[in-house]
Amino acid sequence: MSETPAHRLPERDRPWMMRTYAGHSTAKASNELFRGNLAKGQTGLSIAFDLPTQTGYDPDHALAHGEVGKVGVPIPHKGEMHTLLDGIPLDDMNTSMTINATAAFLLSLYIVTAEDNGIDRAKLQGTTQNDIIKEFLARGTYAFPPGPSMRLIADMVAFTVTEVPKWNPINICSYHLQEAGATPVQEIAYAMSNAIAVLDAARERVPQEQMGTVFSRISFFVNAGVRFIEEHAKLRAMSILWEELGRERYGVMDPKHLRFRYGVQVNSLGLTEAQPENNVQRIVLEALAVTLGRNARARAVQLPAWNEALGLPRPWDQQWSLRIQQVLAYETDMLEYPDIFEGSVVMDGLVGEMLEGARAEMAIVAEHGGAVEAVPYMKAALVDSHRERWRRIEAGDQVVVGMNKFEETSPSPLVDEEGGIMTVDPAVEAQQRNAVQAWRAGRDQAAVDAALERLRAVALDESQNIMPASIEAARAGVTVGEWSQALRDAFGEYRGPTGVGEATAAEIGPDLEEVREEVARVGEALGRTVKILVGKPGLDGHSNGAEQIAVRARDVGMDVVYEGIRLTPQQIARSALDEGVHVIGLSILSGSHKELIPAVMEELKAAGVDVPVVVGGIIPEADVAPLKAVGVAGVYTPKDFDMNRIMRDIVGLVADRGGVPAPA
Amino acid sequence: MIETPSSTGRGAQLGARLRDRDLSAAPATLNLVESRTPADLRETADLLHELSPAKLGGEAPGHVIGVTGPPGAGKSTLLSALVRAWRERGRTVAVLAVDPSSKRSGGSLLGDRARIDFDPSDRGLFIRSTAAGERLGGLAPATRAAAQALAPAFDVVVIETVGVGQSETDVADVADTVAVIVQPGSGDALQFIKSGIMETPDVLVVTKADLGKIALSARRDLSAALRSLGARDTQVISVSSVPPPTGIDDLVDAFDAHRAALDLPVRRLAARRAAALADFAVEYGERGIRAVGGRRAALKLLGEQDPTLDVPALVATLEQKVPA
Ligand code: B12
Ligand SMILES: Nc1nc2c(ncn2[C@@H]2O[C@H](COP(=O)(O)OP(=O)(O)OP(=O)(O)O)[C@@H](O)[C@H]2O)c(=O)[nH]1
Ligand SMILES: [Mg+2]
Repeated sequence: MSETPAHRLPERDRPWMMRTYAGHSTAKASNELFRGNLAKGQTGLSIAFDLPTQTGYDPDHALAHGEVGKVGVPIPHKGEMHTLLDGIPLDDMNTSMTINATAAFLLSLYIVTAEDNGIDRAKLQGTTQNDIIKEFLARGTYAFPPGPSMRLIADMVAFTVTEVPKWNPINICSYHLQEAGATPVQEIAYAMSNAIAVLDAARERVPQEQMGTVFSRISFFVNAGVRFIEEHAKLRAMSILWEELGRERYGVMDPKHLRFRYGVQVNSLGLTEAQPENNVQRIVLEALAVTLGRNARARAVQLPAWNEALGLPRPWDQQWSLRIQQVLAYETDMLEYPDIFEGSVVMDGLVGEMLEGARAEMAIVAEHGGAVEAVPYMKAALVDSHRERWRRIEAGDQVVVGMNKFEETSPSPLVDEEGGIMTVDPAVEAQQRNAVQAWRAGRDQAAVDAALERLRAVALDESQNIMPASIEAARAGVTVGEWSQALRDAFGEYRGPTGVGEATAAEIGPDLEEVREEVARVGEALGRTVKILVGKPGLDGHSNGAEQIAVRARDVGMDVVYEGIRLTPQQIARSALDEGVHVIGLSILSGSHKELIPAVMEELKAAGVDVPVVVGGIIPEADVAPLKAVGVAGVYTPKDFDMNRIMRDIVGLVADRGGVPAPA
Repeated sequence: MIETPSSTGRGAQLGARLRDRDLSAAPATLNLVESRTPADLRETADLLHELSPAKLGGEAPGHVIGVTGPPGAGKSTLLSALVRAWRERGRTVAVLAVDPSSKRSGGSLLGDRARIDFDPSDRGLFIRSTAAGERLGGLAPATRAAAQALAPAFDVVVIETVGVGQSETDVADVADTVAVIVQPGSGDALQFIKSGIMETPDVLVVTKADLGKIALSARRDLSAALRSLGARDTQVISVSSVPPPTGIDDLVDAFDAHRAALDLPVRRLAARRAAALADFAVEYGERGIRAVGGRRAALKLLGEQDPTLDVPALVATLEQKVPA
């Protein structure tokens, strides 16, 4: 028998798990999509839920309007979960569910569905994302205040570790932090601080001898941007910190328990609307960051599609991304070698820098009293990092090919008349509304009432675990809206911090100075400082655009009212009226603009507010004319990256409406 | 040379609506009093004239409350809970939130509103955010006028300002009742009170009672400090504004008790005189103050005027002393 040389592996590694983040319209349509994806060689499921399901509203709730089935699948009760998973072998499947505030209930639905099909819960494998701190910081689908939210997480950890032992009860997410503007150091530090908060909470609910197992069930969901060497170093740094944390803080000794396990979705924030085909190169390079080095290789990978900044991907677009993974895993030789960065001076140096930076930032979070208490601090830090990122792009210090450099392009044959994206049939909402009402009418209401009663009692009693009562509720036919309302009643509601107030002022360049002077001139002529309301209607949690627009509006001298995400059209209209704003800017990226923008316009009319309204976000070209027809004065999309230009337009609209003549 | 525009009746009409307690006049009223154009200044004078004690037949019935304290102490979150409590008691509420503005750009992010929950269909609640502007003291230039204009119409007019140390004095000039808000663990307030930098407030509120022991001991320290200063009347109240809120009803009662014990005409009259002097100083600067013989002389002159005059009328008496 010959020895394997040090630069080779005795046998080729098995590929990572390949997933596609998918789901839309209805449980039935999504089930077909899942089966199609599995037939194409995908090896795990990754379920995208719609925003009402994620935030705990049924399809017939007022806040669900415009959002049902849009960016994911609506799963309000066990009947829909059955349809979604029909024909999929749950004892064999590894399912990742991007679900957070309502994770305990969706896991309950999953367990009940499996058990109805005769599958033991102990056999189930997969992940509930269940990371609430990053929802406050970046993703926005929280429902309950921080304290009770952390308790729900701890309950799920304590429950699954014995009852569903192969389940990952939480995925600590750094992915979303990078999407909200985090630097690599912030990504590491905030994710690790978050993990500490979760483990500390879990420690109070499980015996010390189980801490090793608990530690080993915590996995991560990370990001990788196009600076892929640095990104790889980041992952190596994370695995070092993780091991250290396990040993030193939680007394975990078994090396198997200490392993840093992560899944990944690569960066989407850097994917462009301009020349969208360039996104393919970016995605490939980002995938290298998480696959190239064996010592920090991802367990599971999902890739965005080339048309990410245009709208929702079609099956073919997602197939293309799956094929990228398959080419990397099956055609290249990367799985044949041990770690190729071992001994690299560059890699070791980068890892050292990351560790140093992350430790310092973790110390600051600890000084604030830990991740839960530091949410406002971290949120503000992210907004500020994103402000800096945007400044670099606008100034050309950070090159984005096709957007701020090499803009000349031939027409793209990829973007067809339909815009090169998938659109959800607007009839879905009404159909789902009726379906959930029919479901409620067909249940044993006494059983439902009893289950909700019990759930409320358990919620109010910290010493009890929420899971058994949630599973019972799921089995009785309770809906996600009912489950969430019971918990909202017990815990109260909460609005996350916006982080914008603390953002550093922009550097003054000639462009900014010019706009600022115009804002001052118009304000003086009007008698009051130009005042803008930046509003986010609906359940959409994409706050980056609204935050950066709000900060820039301040920096050009406007008074800015920004109340954060998840407002109803009526709330926006009322704020606009009370605040006496001169102009309103609405931001929607979740695809609900066709329903929600006209609704806001109606409410404004009803309130007697007659000021210009502009809209920004992911607005397909075909939707611009209908928005203008209901009175929208301007529409901005990601290709309009020059925010000073946007501000100039806005102050122009204010001047026109106020009868302020152009400068002499 | 700017002609003094003649009034169109806009200000007077708004004033009449507010006198009739028409709350829907609030947004337009604020748009007017915040405006600095000569035409609007004139309309604002008309507005306030309509709402003078002479026209009202007494002091405005609304309770003007100042809520002030260091940044991040929990003022807005507390207001959210207070507003709910007041509305449950059937009282109408106007919130005037004053935010510090960015010195560099002149713009500001008005963040208080985001912390105050409101039902958009509730006509008995009005929330307005304003940037503090250049002036020290935590008040926006138009806030005094706004408070005076809204006090005849709303049951409660509450002003939120950021203040540490001396800068609360401004809000003390406008408000019937001043509450200073501190969070546990911030020794500042204690220091300010002890060293006399901060005037003793009518009510002292320690927020974040849910944080437990640290909140309790903060409350104890403040009570002891106040006792040692002989300020026995100042109530120290501990609240938590996050669910489940605590101490909110006690605070509402404390405000009511202070207001009930207050000699309202005296406090309001002082407020109008202080406002007149401040407005005059903004318009005419230190030179103007010198022209009327200094601050003390100005206050003396104001003290000799009819107590039912509105602020613009008081300013006019000072203006008469300025040589053309
Ligand atoms: C970053 C990002 C996220 C982050 C958001 C972080 C945050 N706090 O904002 C995270 C990772 C959390 C996220 C999550 C989700 N996302 Co996302 N996300 C993106 C992404 C990659 C970039 C958006 C962005 O922030 N860009 C940077 C900012 C600064 O740009 P911008 O908002 O576009 O703003 C510019 C203009 O649009 C305009 N503008 C925007 N707003 C305003 C407002 C005014 C007043 C004005 C004048 C101008 C203006 O000016 C800005 C300057 O150019 C886009 C795809 C893309 N590349 O655009 C998908 C995208 C928006 N996401 C999408 C989806 C589906 C989701 C999820 C709903 C998935 C799911 N099922 O769970 C979740 C849930 C989020 C939620 N709670 O709603 C879809 C939406 C599909 C659609 N519209 O049909 C997109 C398009 C991706 C895709 N193709 O699938 N996402
Ligand atoms: N635990 C706890 N946190 C609170 C309480 N009240 C406010 N907070 C938190 O304290 C922070 C600041 O609250 P705000 O209400 O914005 O404070 P503020 O004094 O109005 O702040 P500025 O207007 O910026 O000066 C927020 O993160 C609140 O969630 C409370 O009673 N308990
Ligand atoms: Mg505040």
